[in-house]
Amino acid sequence: MTTQVQSAQSGVGKVGIFGAMIRRDMTAAFRHSSDLVNPLIFFVVVVTLFPLAVTPESAFLREIAPGVLWVSALLATLLSLDMLFQSDFQDGTLEQMLLSPQPLYSAILAKVATHWLLSGLPLTLLSPLLAMMLFLPAEGIKTLMLTLLIGTPVLSFIGAIGSALTVGLRKTGLLLSLLVLPLYIPVLIFASGAVQAATAGLPIAGHLALLGAILALTVVLAPLAIVTALRISLSG
Amino acid sequence: MWRWFHKLGSPKWFYAISGRLLPWFSVAAMLLLVIGTVWALLIAPADYQQGNSYRIIYIHVPAAFLAQSGYLLMAIAGAVGLIWKMKLADVVAKSCAPIGASFTLLALITGAVWGKPTWGAWWVWDARLTSMLVLLFLYLGVVALQSAFTDRNQAARASALLALVGLVNIPIIKYSVEWWNTLHQPASLTLTQRPSMPAEMWMPLLIMVVGFYCFFAAVLMMRTRVELLDRERRTGWVKEIIRES
Repeated sequence: MTTQVQSAQSGVGKVGIFGAMIRRDMTAAFRHSSDLVNPLIFFVVVVTLFPLAVTPESAFLREIAPGVLWVSALLATLLSLDMLFQSDFQDGTLEQMLLSPQPLYSAILAKVATHWLLSGLPLTLLSPLLAMMLFLPAEGIKTLMLTLLIGTPVLSFIGAIGSALTVGLRKTGLLLSLLVLPLYIPVLIFASGAVQAATAGLPIAGHLALLGAILALTVVLAPLAIVTALRISLSG
Repeated sequence: MWRWFHKLGSPKWFYAISGRLLPWFSVAAMLLLVIGTVWALLIAPADYQQGNSYRIIYIHVPAAFLAQSGYLLMAIAGAVGLIWKMKLADVVAKSCAPIGASFTLLALITGAVWGKPTWGAWWVWDARLTSMLVLLFLYLGVVALQSAFTDRNQAARASALLALVGLVNIPIIKYSVEWWNTLHQPASLTLTQRPSMPAEMWMPLLIMVVGFYCFFAAVLMMRTRVELLDRERRTGWVKEIIRES
């Protein structure tokens, strides 16, 4: 009873906690803006490496562009996963979140949404520039942005599961990629497949529908796994 | 039913019953594997297209079966441990991971050996090969996470959750790579259809599959027993066993 009274008094409902968390995380993130920019720079640098390593020939680059862009986006997302729970774990905020009477589900949803707003969305907005540098035709660029828009939230959700599982451990970087990368494979296949189909002038609705289905599935199931993982990580 | 379930959760009871079952499974595995191997390699007829190189399927197919069943068992045991906090299930899940990973590796290697004469390449980016490779990655992830924690309880719960997340992903991964690229032949042995090969060929395969399952069970029991003894070393029944031996 008291918990209900408290939450009523502080005026924080289910939507309230969601909004409050996003506002707080956004403010915190913008105060350390280098954390936001670094994954983006990484994305640009990795994509730049491919023409240098393979060939600057436009016909070949056009062919590998969907894969290169998607793999780079995936790695950039992976590197940005640190900002999800790490600092909140270190200063004890995460523990307070688990203890609070507010539903953890909305708080987690807010954290993942913030992560996407600060990593997936900028990657999506930056991608046309890099796609043009890799000579991807206009039709492909449109599809690339669309797939990134649908696919990067999935990356944030699945990444959050891995991040929550490893948050209490010391050296997490390599372990996290080992856990998360295999789970990213379906998204990678359907997304780069869609871009390839679009550049070849084939229909892409099937690929996009499957990506959407994966997104729907992760939005429903991943928060449960994230909550469980956080409870496990903080139980030690 | 529930009493049996609770009994199964007791390490002492499991140790006793598995001690009695272990010799049976070991002997059965040895017999079946010897009979199966001799039959498969010496007696079964050669394939009219592939000649003798097809015989590797007698190792490859059972290994691939077990790679998948092993993951399923690991995930189920993990879920039981996660939900009912059953210690024994944690131990079974932990013991499953390295065995399953080895069988996955074996399936991949035998597949490569078979692929060289048949497809002309050690490795092709075919759907089944790729999904087996991903399965290996999932196993390795569970093993890595298992060893990353110092606290056993935490390690068991975290890797159980990862195994479950992987289990949800397996069908998605399977279908995604299947639509992506397919070269591998369809399954040679299914439960629902009559096998497409003659009895002299599939009978030894069946024996090998059963033999592999017995072998898996025996190794799983051994690993689980050792792990149990280590975990329960402060309890009375373990001390008694040590005193007796």
